Amino acid sequence: MFIRLWSLLRGKTKNKKQTDQAWAGRIKMPYFGLACLALFFLMVLFAEFLAPLDPLQGDLLKASLPPFWMDGGSWHNILGTDMLGRDVLSRLIYGARSSLIISVGCVAFYATIGVIIGLISGYVGGRIDMIIMRIADLWLSVPGIILLFVLASINGPSARTLILTFGIMGWPYTARIVRGETLSLKQRDFVKLAKVAGCSNLRIMFSHILPNIVNTLIILVTIDIGGIIVYTATMSFLGLGTQPPSCDWGLMLAEGKQYITYAWWLVTFPGIAIVIAVLGFNLTGDWIRELLDPKQKLQ
Amino acid sequence: MKGYIIKRTIVALLLIYIVLTIVFFAFRLGGADPVAIMLPPDATPRDQQVLMEKFGLDKPLGVQYITFVKNAVGGDFGMSFKYSEPALTVLLDRFPATIKLGLAAFLFSLAVGIPIGILSAVRRDSWIDSFGRTLALAGMSLPTFWVGIMLMLFFGVALRLLPVSGSDTALHYVMPAFCMSLYPIALFTRLARSSMLDALKSEYIVMARVKGVPEKYVIMIHALKNASITIVTVIVSVFGGLILGSVVVETIFSWPGVGRLVMESFFGRDYPVVQVFVMFVTLIVVVLNLLVDILYAYIDPRIRYQ
Repeated sequence: MFIRLWSLLRGKTKNKKQTDQAWAGRIKMPYFGLACLALFFLMVLFAEFLAPLDPLQGDLLKASLPPFWMDGGSWHNILGTDMLGRDVLSRLIYGARSSLIISVGCVAFYATIGVIIGLISGYVGGRIDMIIMRIADLWLSVPGIILLFVLASINGPSARTLILTFGIMGWPYTARIVRGETLSLKQRDFVKLAKVAGCSNLRIMFSHILPNIVNTLIILVTIDIGGIIVYTATMSFLGLGTQPPSCDWGLMLAEGKQYITYAWWLVTFPGIAIVIAVLGFNLTGDWIRELLDPKQKLQ
Repeated sequence: MKGYIIKRTIVALLLIYIVLTIVFFAFRLGGADPVAIMLPPDATPRDQQVLMEKFGLDKPLGVQYITFVKNAVGGDFGMSFKYSEPALTVLLDRFPATIKLGLAAFLFSLAVGIPIGILSAVRRDSWIDSFGRTLALAGMSLPTFWVGIMLMLFFGVALRLLPVSGSDTALHYVMPAFCMSLYPIALFTRLARSSMLDALKSEYIVMARVKGVPEKYVIMIHALKNASITIVTVIVSVFGGLILGSVVVETIFSWPGVGRLVMESFFGRDYPVVQVFVMFVTLIVVVLNLLVDILYAYIDPRIRYQ
């Protein structure tokens, strides 16, 4: 599958035309974005090896030390410590994992719901399709935070509630894409043949149409992760997401904000970490989107 | 046109009703028991009984639901536990501050985003295009709350140029409004750029140029008019973003508006206020959607006859 993805990205699709390749070459590789992404995944995968200290272990004697280049800072705590004496750098490195897990959880949840609704909408068509798409339109304009308030007042705020909210609120995006693809695939011969062969509608939807959408879907959903990282960090910052004492960038900012007047490093570094992760996903995502967009291909 | 409006209105009312029902069951069946929240730990069962009767909690759920819906239609969502005033009044008191800030941010983002987006499209691949694209990328990638904190650190704490909290003077608006407008600016720039590019590619533009219409008019009248249809519809989704933005920005800059109120009420377990907020936002979103649908059908006849 990855080879197929890769060739798709390089513009080497089945009909290998010269124009296709020239077009793929015109869009520059986002080296900066890929570097950001690499750094992010390095932190996610190798947090145990990269983090110099235990992210949860505080030492009150070493509370609020500045970064190493300032007076009072040391190489022991490279980016300083927070009010409880926990190492900022180690917390940042572990925070990458938390933000990726939550974002992927959100994406997986809403994409699953979106795929099911989109397949039904596109395949069944007619009145049901119209109603579903109408609901999807309205749904998109409702701010997710109000549902988060409702759910969080039942269960209490937590990362799980946040993921649940995303699952309920985010499906229209995926549903629209899947519906569009289904509409065009429905017209193809293999679907008609499957119908003639007596396949049930469910079988056609899930084992004939779905596998043809998966590639596009994975790519499109992956590039949404940047936006979701910002969103989940914002919620954690407000206290509606991950709860202390977890290492989460949004949470670190919320804790640091109280000491903004004398510990600037507590609010600066977690933000930079978020920006690196998000830029990585967004720049790479824009590049992929441009490669995949057939409209741009024609220009 | 009339049938179209009526159909859309029925859908809108239905949506409001569904949200109302969800709110009722979520807050009633969830942890939001007002009796437990309001009474001190040493309250007697008799006190509990009195309070239950006062809130109508001793009646069956169905009766409670009907009362709730009936009251809600009249705008009555119960008393705020904290302020001992009707929850709606509490919310409406804070509303002007939010509207002022939101409007400032909205106008600023329109004034910046749309011209840059249009110029980006007209002068494609020029320096202004790369500026526009960078701006859009920054607006999408920078977390609003972090930008707010950084502005505070720089202009408020280090340089002491701008006030970090409150809403008394025009200077108080600068940082919060700027912060709130970041994402909409990115959105408007992107949108104006892409819809202008689409419009400029179309045949009627070629036709206009062939006819010898001056370039200025081709862009300002022929292309912009068609591009504006897409822009109008997106304004609604920007509103959703502004709601979240106001919660975040008001929390950071201690702005005395609805966003901060709802956060305080949520963490202070003042649920009637949270309920009112949820219903209020739903109502505004639904009404705006309806207006845009109608406006859309009015601008673009193709929609009407579908």
